[in-house]
Amino acid sequence: MTNKTRVATASLAGCFGCHMSILDIDERIIQLADLVEFDRTPITDIKEVGECDVGIIEGGVCNADNVEVLKEFRRNCKILVSLGACSINGGIPAMRNQYTLKQCLEESYLHGIGVEDAQIPSDPEIPLLLNKLHPIHEVVWVDYFLPGCPPPADTIWTFLEELLSGKPIEFAYRQIRYD
Amino acid sequence: MTKNNTDIEDLETAQDPAGLRRVEIEPVTRVEGHGKVTLLLDEDNQVKQARLHITEFRGFEKFIQGRPYWEMPVLVQRLCGICPVSHHLAAAKAVDQLVGVEQLTPTAEKVRRLMHLGQVLQSHALHFFHLSSPDLLFGYDDAVAHRNIIGVLADHPDLAKQGVLLRKYGQEVIRVTAGKRVHGNSAIPGGVNKAVSPEERDYLLGDIEQIIQWGQGALALAKKLIFQELEYNRNFALIDTNMLSICREDGALDLYHGGLRARTPDGTLIFDQVDYRNYGDYIHEQVKSWSYMKFPYLRSLGQSDGSYRVGPLARINNCDYIDTPLAEAARVEFRAFADGGLVQSTLAYHWARMVELLYCAEGIKRLLLDPDITGTELKVRGEMRNKGVGVIEAPRGTLFHHYEIDDDGLVTRANLIVSTTNNNRAMNQSIRQVAADYLNGRELTEPMLNQIEVAIRAYDPCLSCATHALGKMPLELELVDADGAVVDRIYKNGRGEVGEG
Ligand code: SF4
Repeated sequence: MTNKTRVATASLAGCFGCHMSILDIDERIIQLADLVEFDRTPITDIKEVGECDVGIIEGGVCNADNVEVLKEFRRNCKILVSLGACSINGGIPAMRNQYTLKQCLEESYLHGIGVEDAQIPSDPEIPLLLNKLHPIHEVVWVDYFLPGCPPPADTIWTFLEELLSGKPIEFAYRQIRYD
Repeated sequence: MTKNNTDIEDLETAQDPAGLRRVEIEPVTRVEGHGKVTLLLDEDNQVKQARLHITEFRGFEKFIQGRPYWEMPVLVQRLCGICPVSHHLAAAKAVDQLVGVEQLTPTAEKVRRLMHLGQVLQSHALHFFHLSSPDLLFGYDDAVAHRNIIGVLADHPDLAKQGVLLRKYGQEVIRVTAGKRVHGNSAIPGGVNKAVSPEERDYLLGDIEQIIQWGQGALALAKKLIFQELEYNRNFALIDTNMLSICREDGALDLYHGGLRARTPDGTLIFDQVDYRNYGDYIHEQVKSWSYMKFPYLRSLGQSDGSYRVGPLARINNCDYIDTPLAEAARVEFRAFADGGLVQSTLAYHWARMVELLYCAEGIKRLLLDPDITGTELKVRGEMRNKGVGVIEAPRGTLFHHYEIDDDGLVTRANLIVSTTNNNRAMNQSIRQVAADYLNGRELTEPMLNQIEVAIRAYDPCLSCATHALGKMPLELELVDADGAVVDRIYKNGRGEVGEG
């Protein structure tokens, strides 16, 4: 065991673009690998979040499983970061909140174009959907919010560097953007 | 040539589920809400049912109703941050039709094509180096803590760095053409909002020879990894399916535009140069109660024979030639692997993917040297229409976007068939083949389960998010007796060790 900072990440109801933006630090990933040890992330094979210093969440909460993971992250991570528009306010997937869940399911599986054997999937193997999509801070306490869809790689890098070195988190004006 | 194709169809639904043990292969996708595999076994460990369930639902088709049509290219790409450009452009192609534009200006079309080659290059590099190479290099049963890109960085630093830089280059092509690396916005109705400046062109040209050279290296590596365990790799998860893709009018590989082409498993054409706006006459989507992902099939062949595959394997099998020299030579060699028929080996997806990566690198160079790429004619206009269908070859396969609008330009109906959905039947067949070949009648072990993951991973499935992660995720297996009591459990725990109980 080393005493590197342990970092875990997860994608809930997101598009994975925020994770792409983490990878967009490019070669700096080699430097990052020297500073941190990755716990559960989509690029490692670790399943359960262990004790971590930092947890990073992409995406809002759309089903029962998302709630479980999110709570597991909060329990295990000293610092929890809400990364990107979807986890901060639901993002594009939250557009479904203007309709009922039933309307959304019916459109896709009953009235859809070219649909056969129309039925709403209902097998017990499929996790329970929530009626609405929620930002993660409605479910757990969040320590930091990084906006953007996705937040730029340089912003993520600055954040991690300052966090890891114990400096106050400060961004240049152009690093904070919402698109 | 499939080994025992005979009974894998029966494995979709067990005749008599009562009394069978349920085995759940639960990737972290349960927690990420994407997918999982369940198996039903009888008392002799014979697999009676195997299913890949997709557990994710977003509801795009509903909630984009009432939105203005011009939002589609920026809105719908938020389905997927790994291939956002493909969604951006498929939507843009549909929107071109809504605004009555049949032909873009040469500059607009070439800028879009360049953007898309950057997209496919970055996605293929990500899939091969970051996600799959750890298995292929270290073996499927390598230590969990080591089997990832960080492990590759430690053991093969030069190779891992090439992967990182290949992906970076693709992302830079996207940034230059789309405005930003993830979720850019340059495609607009009837064109693009910017061309490439001479400085940007020279910046990208600066590295292109290196990228082509690394592309050749990646191709050689993919081939070597397939050949080093040839018998196993050739037969692994082998299924015989039809193949679907778009091809250019003259039969050449084209990732941006063309007509639909489908072949039977032995290579016979089923249809060719079909106008993709009529896709509904050729493809229907079946709903099954146990998955949120629909099951498309070729209508003329019916639900059971109409299964098809899309993506690199289908494209390299389907096209008559590739119009860049290095990739064409690689294609010829690839096709020879099948002795006349189509290459059906599921793991050959990786090989075909690297043929395409090389094609993208060569294609990017050609477009950068084309004077149109810095042109000034960016946009054309036409007469508004009510329906538009855009199709593109995304990294993982054929992607359909279909929008209908009212006279105010607001969306009334939409249908999206994403690449991974097209592969839904085939992925299910592949895991059944693995179950039939390697799991039947044995005590289940972690490496056996990993083989199911390996089969899914070959398709590079992407379910709007972490489905790569599906491939990279650890597993937990539970044996549950007919009364629902857990009789056995094996798992890779949070620290990556395999345990029981
Ligand atoms: S914030 Fe944007 S990039 Fe991040 S997951 Fe949501 S849609 Fe994707």
